Amino acid sequence: MNIFVCIKQVPDTETKITPNGDGSYIETSSIKWIMNPYDEFAVEQALLTKAANSGSTVTVVRVGGVKDTEALRTALAMGADDAILVEADDNLDSYMTAKALKGAIEKSGKTPDVIFTGKQAIDDDCLQVPQLLAQMLGMPSVTVVDGCEEAGGSYTLKREVEGGALEVYEVTAPVLIAANKGLNSPRYASLPGIMKAKRKPLAQHSLSDVGVSADDRRVKYSGFQLPPEKPAGKKFDAMDEAAQAGVVAEVVKLLREEAKVI
Amino acid sequence: MAKILVFSETSGETVKSVTFEILGKLAGHTVDVAIVGDMGANATADLAKYGAANVHNLKGANLDKYSPEGYANALKEFIGSNYDYVFAGATSLAKDLMPRLAGMFDAGMASEVTNFVMEGDNFAGTRPLFAGKVLAKVELDGPKPGFVTVRPNALGMPEAPTAGAGAANEVAANAGDIKAAIKEIVKGASEKLDLTEANVIVSGGRAMKSAENFKILEELAEVLGATVGASRAAVDSGYAPHAMQVGQTGKTVAPSLYIACGISGAIQHLAGMRTSKVIVAINTDPDAPIFTKADYGIVGDLFQIVPILKEELKKVL
Repeated sequence: MNIFVCIKQVPDTETKITPNGDGSYIETSSIKWIMNPYDEFAVEQALLTKAANSGSTVTVVRVGGVKDTEALRTALAMGADDAILVEADDNLDSYMTAKALKGAIEKSGKTPDVIFTGKQAIDDDCLQVPQLLAQMLGMPSVTVVDGCEEAGGSYTLKREVEGGALEVYEVTAPVLIAANKGLNSPRYASLPGIMKAKRKPLAQHSLSDVGVSADDRRVKYSGFQLPPEKPAGKKFDAMDEAAQAGVVAEVVKLLREEAKVI
Repeated sequence: MAKILVFSETSGETVKSVTFEILGKLAGHTVDVAIVGDMGANATADLAKYGAANVHNLKGANLDKYSPEGYANALKEFIGSNYDYVFAGATSLAKDLMPRLAGMFDAGMASEVTNFVMEGDNFAGTRPLFAGKVLAKVELDGPKPGFVTVRPNALGMPEAPTAGAGAANEVAANAGDIKAAIKEIVKGASEKLDLTEANVIVSGGRAMKSAENFKILEELAEVLGATVGASRAAVDSGYAPHAMQVGQTGKTVAPSLYIACGISGAIQHLAGMRTSKVIVAINTDPDAPIFTKADYGIVGDLFQIVPILKEELKKVL
């Protein structure tokens, strides 16, 4: 079974984000980069699928900056067999990213039986690449998946929708599955795993190698700015039990008469 | 003038309100609406009130329930070269469907905009990135139509909507080849509106101390008609399921009222709820970061304050 996982490297969730000088993107110089949190569930599910199907390989693919290949090395250390990096800026749009992933997968010479991704990247929050990639490869996709059972290339997938409801899909490989938090518990890379990862193959391509050019840009961003700060609010001390009823009554009155939200 | 289609969904007999928000924002344009499958008896009339010129109902075999491929195939054929832009609310369904459809046209898509204008024939939107830590202007390029999803509650309901013709039109549609089909739908624990669509949210943090204690938030939510949420700390501690998580690795919300109980306000959480219109925070720590974002802060013990708040609200609601 040829298993692929697509991952992205994103700023740590605790990172403060600031626009760059001309507002064309964010300031990336002092950012701590991590594997996109949803992609960790995708990598884990790929490794679980490999373990259940002997003779399978897990290939991890990433499109992004070359200065730091940490996320790919992490996936290799967790147990992926080989990796592909498509060198690109960090601010590609979803269409270019999906097209580059498609090109990289095709260039590997292996036909995917299953592709795992995270449900979205927490930097651009677009939630587009999984469906676009599936569409480009002519594959079905199921996104926001938090339950995955596989037997003989047949998948039962649970997809979370509004109100905590679940849609249960049945689909036969090939399929693209976009992971949500809760799908599994991602393993940590072991020390032997980290040592082994250094010797695993890592192919590198340019965007043009995988058939992507500037003409493929579909989404133009400009004017990056911090959201407007709210004016300071009103704060009431209700640590003293005697004050509580009065404070709550005052806040309810303000919600009704000043904020007009109830 | 740009030719615009709004893809709409119904929930039972009710058209999702985000459709009306989008129609209100597009007042002055000629806008058609498309609904796939069963749409309920009153949908056309309701959509006409908010400005829909034509309401197209796409019907056909295997379109009675959602499938990404079936809906995309049906809509692709219907859209053809008839529209310049296709809008939809950023619901679970549309967030799954629209990128696949955009891919069929090799077209661009702007995800979850919180505001937009039509500059002449061209769309220009505003969208939060990095879970709302920054905002940017977004425009589309490449083949038409451009696809746009709009975050529910972000635009607000139009106050004086312009009525449209609301001409009903049934379209015979083809679902094509469906490889990923829904076998069953497991109902959620909550009958309440999803966090992403809720107008009022009551959220609990690590200070809730246990899953059982969320009961007092549910009681408060009951009085307010609110949906209950949780911070990542509360979810990671096992007090609440991930479906309830508000934040950068949970749901991004935009209610008119957000009540944060025992939430300190980690950057992760603030990112997910900062587009709330009015924020009330209850926390024992007067220096908790949540108070810098709150319109009304109550420094106090949530286990004492929340029950009093519930009783006080009962009096006025």
